[in-house]
Amino acid sequence: MSTSGEEAERSFDPARAYRRSRRVALRPEPFGALAYHFGTHKLSFLKTPQLVAVVTSLEQHPDVYAAMEQAGVDQTQRPAYLRALADLAEAGTIEPRLEESGDS
Amino acid sequence: MKLTEHFQYGLTSPICLTWELTYACNLACVHCLSSSGRRDPRELSTEECKHVVDELRRMQVFYVNIGGGEPTVRPDFWELLDYSVDHNVGVKFSTNGVKLDLCRARRLARTDYVDVQISLDGATESVNDAVRGPGSYATALRALANLAEAGFHRPKISVVMTRHNVGQLDEFAALAAKFGAQLRITRLRPSGRGADVWDELRPTACQQRELYDWLVARGEEVLTGDSFFHLSAYGSPLPGLNLCGAGRVVCLIDPVGDVYACPFAIHEDFLAGNVRSVGGFEAVWRDSELFARLRRPRTGGACRPCGYYSSCQGGCMAAKFFTGLPLDGPDPECVRGFGEQALAARSPDAVIPRSEVDHSRRGPVPVALASPRRRQERR
Repeated sequence: MSTSGEEAERSFDPARAYRRSRRVALRPEPFGALAYHFGTHKLSFLKTPQLVAVVTSLEQHPDVYAAMEQAGVDQTQRPAYLRALADLAEAGTIEPRLEESGDS
Repeated sequence: MKLTEHFQYGLTSPICLTWELTYACNLACVHCLSSSGRRDPRELSTEECKHVVDELRRMQVFYVNIGGGEPTVRPDFWELLDYSVDHNVGVKFSTNGVKLDLCRARRLARTDYVDVQISLDGATESVNDAVRGPGSYATALRALANLAEAGFHRPKISVVMTRHNVGQLDEFAALAAKFGAQLRITRLRPSGRGADVWDELRPTACQQRELYDWLVARGEEVLTGDSFFHLSAYGSPLPGLNLCGAGRVVCLIDPVGDVYACPFAIHEDFLAGNVRSVGGFEAVWRDSELFARLRRPRTGGACRPCGYYSSCQGGCMAAKFFTGLPLDGPDPECVRGFGEQALAARSPDAVIPRSEVDHSRRGPVPVALASPRRRQERR
């Protein structure tokens, strides 16, 4: 990942495009999913099925707001979801999508 | 619902899976939780182990805690480690360091996705060797020095807390810093040979408090394997999972493929099945009656009236079981003192359960590795 990507990672900006990290695997669980980062060896928990839907669909949306909209996250819940997503960005579970980067 | 409430109903696959690859060990630690020593002739073969790894991969068990016995004395240990890592099942392995020469340390440093834990139960040779045997301190420190020289990133120093080493916590932290390692401390359980020494080695009530205060002050940089949640009843919960994970998020696969609810519960009462049976490990994890029972919410039993039950959840199932206490009552080391009361109230003729699984060696134990051709004595 480029230096600008690492900087963006530190400051979560829901107006930008994100994706689930390529090094993160999700394991479905009754509460949502367990996320494992193969690079950092860190486990994180996606505590609702809706959060799982947001994380897995980030890639298809121009920004985080659109992913929450499509996943049907209730307006009142959105601040909590943004906090959870900021934590996931800090843990590297999700990362900014750099449109110019051609990695797959 | 909070995450711990979900955890009590069990997960699709374990988070913390311990896999003991062999009962063979070059040491004979007095508190060995698996009563290890001699290899079991029924040990899973290389191919069977690989099959288990394949299953773990399918079940998305992202890493496994490998132990023993001394896992590195298995001739196929490094092959199995590579196989596991190559199949996206990361390996954390516990070792006394006997096989970690500089050459091996360099290879490990080049392998992504491996963590090494060196067991050390004293920050000084005398405290350590009294428990783990003569020469074991020197062996562990040599392994740590080799890992440091090889540039292995942050190995762990894993310490079982006893009456003789609680006072050495700062020294352990200094030792970890010296070797670029991270300190991990766990609780002494009355499991395996630990039952024989539990009374004399377990921390005193005063030391439990000292340990808790130390963890609150330094806990962020120290791993605990979530084993001190019974201390949470002192006040604020410690970081980590404050819940008995047995059969819910935790389990053990032993060297012969038997699946137990937790690494501290090697006893037929906690045996859920065997990976060699139809459906393998997955069927045991998902369908065993024992695990279904452990995944039911608990009411607290005798602990229910205690205001601290929500913090400590009654403590450790194995610690209760192997001290002859009821599973729905207080932990023997309950920090509110109910455990001591329960221990004192045990009937003099109460039978304290003991594991039938015992691979302890008889006679003097060499610290140097025994020959693999060593005659196998069965109990």
